[in-house]
Amino acid sequence: MSSNTIAVTVHRGSGTSKELRTETFDVPAYDNQTVLDVVSWIQQHADPTLSYRFACRVGMCGSCAMMVNGVPRWTCRTHISKVLLDNTVEIAPLRNLPVIKDLAVDMDPFFDKWVAAEGVHHTAVTRDDPIREIDTSGESRQQADAGIECINCSVCFAACDTVAGNADYLGPAALQRAWTLLNDTKDDGREKILAAVSGKGGCHNCHSMGSCTVYCPNELDPMSAIAGLKRETMKQFFGGRKSTATKQGQGDA
Amino acid sequence: MGGYLRMKALARSHPLWLAYILHRVSGLLLALFLPVHFWVLSMAITNPQGLDTLLLLTDSVAVKLAEFGLVFLLAVHMFGGLRVMALEWLPWTGSQKTLIALVSAVSFFIATLFFLRAV
Repeated sequence: MSSNTIAVTVHRGSGTSKELRTETFDVPAYDNQTVLDVVSWIQQHADPTLSYRFACRVGMCGSCAMMVNGVPRWTCRTHISKVLLDNTVEIAPLRNLPVIKDLAVDMDPFFDKWVAAEGVHHTAVTRDDPIREIDTSGESRQQADAGIECINCSVCFAACDTVAGNADYLGPAALQRAWTLLNDTKDDGREKILAAVSGKGGCHNCHSMGSCTVYCPNELDPMSAIAGLKRETMKQFFGGRKSTATKQGQGDA
Repeated sequence: MGGYLRMKALARSHPLWLAYILHRVSGLLLALFLPVHFWVLSMAITNPQGLDTLLLLTDSVAVKLAEFGLVFLLAVHMFGGLRVMALEWLPWTGSQKTLIALVSAVSFFIATLFFLRAV
């Protein structure tokens, strides 16, 4: 292997077996090369049967996440030069999700949990009602503004050891979505959300290991969002004391 | 699959996860210690002679070292618990939490120094 090639070990899954088989490819090194570029080179020049998933290539769609040297990453925004260890790199399908083929995983469990955490819009107003005012400087709005930047890439879901050990656990992304909606003036699902996230598999399963927050490519903080849900569900349990996260303007409509 | 094991080990090497595992392991070890501790204490009633011979052991260096380990586990577990409570119950910013951790660690250190001078 010369210095201008990279030894890329790909852990390839199949739908029939849980074992991943490894295959190593020598990929030419270029300046400004992302991990996704490397995977694409393998598929275009070495093995056209290699399956993987991507769409936007600019860190917006959240479809290209993979395990890179054991770390879940968005491969389109990860420079290969930053992850190389002795000119080698290992790429595997995302952890904690069933593998369909090679590097492509089945995202269904991830999105099913998103819905199970009441990560859907709950409205109480119609088109005839006035649009609700948003206080952009409010604490809860700032929480919601941070949370809506999530691109559903499942990096946090793959990073979480609680997800790995507990099939019912809703996971960091879904719970952060619930926290975002709880803080959003335009969402009226407070009771439903708190019921969904305090049940089996809910926020109280979180052990605050923090891998979600450490590896989130958008630098969001699901661990603190889940801590927020823990506080809100506990406050509700102990008598519904008016909380700090209660939305301003709620109940006007 | 050795490579994959290396990969898994890498993903956890960050302070938040290390704090988590330190808290859990120290708790487990303390849970293992407590029954033995209570059993030895109960000998004061059931078998005073046996307790006296056992207490002679505490003069040995090995037991002194073990006691150090025990105090270390207790301190680590206590701070781990305080950390989790602060993390989950106090919606503070990261820098505030760092400052508070620093202040409690320093005050604990000073208090322990005074305590050691007293004994």
